[in-house]
Amino acid sequence: MIYDALIGPFTEFEFMRRALAAVIALSFAGAPIGVFLMLRRMSLVGDAMAHAILPGAAVGFLLSGLNLFAMTAGGLIAGFAVAILAGLVARSTGLKEDASLATFYLASLALGVTIVSIKGTNIDLLHVLFGNILAMDDQTLLVVAFNATVTLLVLAVIYRPLVIESVDPLFLRTVSRAGGPAHLAFLALVVINLVNGFQALGTLLAVGLMILPAGIARFWSRDLTVMICIAVVAATVSGYAGLVLSFQTRVPSGPAIILVASALYMVSVLFGRVGGVVRQLFPGRHLEA
Amino acid sequence: MAGLHFHNVTLGYDRHPAVHHLNGEVAPGALLAVIGPNGAGKSTLLRGIVGILKPLDGSIHLGGLDSRDIAYLPQSAEIDRSFPISVLDFVGTGLWRGTGLFGGIGKAAREKILRAVASVGLNGFENRPIGTLSGGQMQRVLFARVLLQDARLIVLDEPFNAIDSKTTVDLLALVKHWHGEGRTVLAALHDMEMVRNHFSETLVLARGPVAWGPTAEVLTPENLIVAMRMCEAFDDSAAACSADDARSRAA
Repeated sequence: MIYDALIGPFTEFEFMRRALAAVIALSFAGAPIGVFLMLRRMSLVGDAMAHAILPGAAVGFLLSGLNLFAMTAGGLIAGFAVAILAGLVARSTGLKEDASLATFYLASLALGVTIVSIKGTNIDLLHVLFGNILAMDDQTLLVVAFNATVTLLVLAVIYRPLVIESVDPLFLRTVSRAGGPAHLAFLALVVINLVNGFQALGTLLAVGLMILPAGIARFWSRDLTVMICIAVVAATVSGYAGLVLSFQTRVPSGPAIILVASALYMVSVLFGRVGGVVRQLFPGRHLEA
Repeated sequence: MAGLHFHNVTLGYDRHPAVHHLNGEVAPGALLAVIGPNGAGKSTLLRGIVGILKPLDGSIHLGGLDSRDIAYLPQSAEIDRSFPISVLDFVGTGLWRGTGLFGGIGKAAREKILRAVASVGLNGFENRPIGTLSGGQMQRVLFARVLLQDARLIVLDEPFNAIDSKTTVDLLALVKHWHGEGRTVLAALHDMEMVRNHFSETLVLARGPVAWGPTAEVLTPENLIVAMRMCEAFDDSAAACSADDARSRAA
């Protein structure tokens, strides 16, 4: 009975197995990126970027169908164009960087939706916006796994400068020039993982599997390494539970995954060991020292 | 090793100079206090020395040192204290010169970090996140990192601001220890008593050099009053500067 509900779908249907593999790959790569986004106070930047890359991914999609390589390339180009343009406008005028980014990503989102709806069908648009992890073919799955592997390798390379730049940027500038390249590489990883999440979760929710697990992890640990591990586990669990939920109830898979992650997040906000609401309301007697 | 040379250095922001036409040299192994009122350009000068700020004019020669031979302690406001990193890891970043991007922290390096943490009096704090430290403890942590950087030139920007007397005494002892090891130490300071008692050489700065030399000769009420007056002479619509460096040579 429990076996039928929790494991059965995956032994019985190949598309469920593929979906599970994809969601695990996305979790391992996306969750650590999300932790750094959160710690660098860039959570909403991730969200904005997810919208900004839409026209690029849409052009890739129209030229070569649901080919993740083409969509990744297009997404990277669009993402960097928006990031650089927003940075330029912010630096050369009085506009703050966040406001400038907001205007550019809105324009970019509108452009992307326009491109898809002129050239494609409504189903295409829905697909790009919300994804469909259950329609994953072998080739796409391989691309997702490839991107995830690249992400982890690059993250390992830039890990140290990224951490130091987050906590004490001025110090890194005085001892090394790695800060700038590390930041750019990190932005590229953000874009790669957003595009990677396209097929599974769509533009609008791709960032969810990065940021929500990071938010969850924040409530359970004060240690960066532990935080990253918790985020990966939380993302994987959300992905698995979301797939089961979606299979049993016919809720679309992408929203199901993000809803499970949101539920975990609410539990963490309430009962988290580090700064959770219940902990703050009933902290226990104060210690001696 | 050659010392630090300033050739007609002008440093500033948006073409407005904060330090104007500075000439002079700091001998290797010197213990130099930089004093002056707020806005005198002390921090700006130190930023110029460590290379974060490019001079608008003139040049600074480090006498063969590169950026890795410099340890810089800024005014601490720029550190994200909420970032989840332990005292041990944070102090360990001071080993960057040896480890770089990928070098591992082995047993010997770990011992070194622990010794540095111990020598600033923070035994037992190794695994605490930096967010849980008090202001004085954080300053001790930063000194421990400078200690690990093992730099020929140490630049401290108001290192004793808002620090209690016990901590100040401990950290000042460390500064004198560095001086004893033959390192060059520059510190921007406000406490005249401390400068008089512990620093052999002083630069009185007020957007330009007012006086520079042995502390006993330089630290006079007259010089300080001059410094105060020069600082208040800021002009938002100033014309482009045509002054040569004759004036500052006189000082």
